Amino acid sequence: MTLELILFFLLAAVAVAGAVNLILQRHPIHSALSLIVVMGALAALYLLLGAEFIAAVQIIVYAGAIMVLFVLVIMLLNAGEEERTNLSRMARYVGLPVGFFLLFELAYVMARAAGTQAAAPGVAPASTRQLATMLFREFVLPFELTSILILIAILGAVVLARRES
Amino acid sequence: MTVVPLPYYLVLSAILFGLGAIGFVFKRNVITIFMAIELMLNAVNLAFVTFSRMHGQLQGQVFVLFVIVVAAAEAAVGLAIIIVIARSRQSLNVERVDLLKL
Repeated sequence: MTLELILFFLLAAVAVAGAVNLILQRHPIHSALSLIVVMGALAALYLLLGAEFIAAVQIIVYAGAIMVLFVLVIMLLNAGEEERTNLSRMARYVGLPVGFFLLFELAYVMARAAGTQAAAPGVAPASTRQLATMLFREFVLPFELTSILILIAILGAVVLARRES
Repeated sequence: MTVVPLPYYLVLSAILFGLGAIGFVFKRNVITIFMAIELMLNAVNLAFVTFSRMHGQLQGQVFVLFVIVVAAAEAAVGLAIIIVIARSRQSLNVERVDLLKL
């Protein structure tokens, strides 16, 4: 067990525990905080994978901006505890096994498909500089399009959430 | 360089995606359902970065950036829709949102 492997299992355990906690908690604010834990763990995993820029973006945009938006909306709407309903019986006995089946099948297929190439541990693809070069050369058109997308999203959000006068 | 076998990351990604899907189906609060979607997007991002590492190519990381941008746009619009729903029905329970128009 090297240090990296220990670190990976620690972070993976934190991420999975956060995800499970997200599902188990009944109050949305607790779920939101668990999701922030998952995102922090994932950012550390990106660092382990050698993707420093993605890790920074994950913290700044996801854990920073998007989750603040979530928490803000939860507080704005004064969201309370989730209601319990009777529909959950069938979901529990049919849906949960199907969900876990999907989970394990996906994990198995991923592990097996990757197994053929796993012998080569992979090279650290890149520095942030190369990422920037690629983003502003090959992907410059999609990059500019995302700014239009963000603009439209802002307009849409403002129009939707505006109070009818 | 890395001593962690890359399939481990893929398995973790699959587990997170599955948990997100389970949360998406099971939760009743529309905000929590939205958070489950974000969890699934995060799982996919982890798979992208892992594949990028596996092949030694950067396109995967660029794609992750675009996924994050789209997720931000989606969160803005989705939360606005949630606010409208909460205003018109006085409830965040998805089981009460079964009519398109009140």
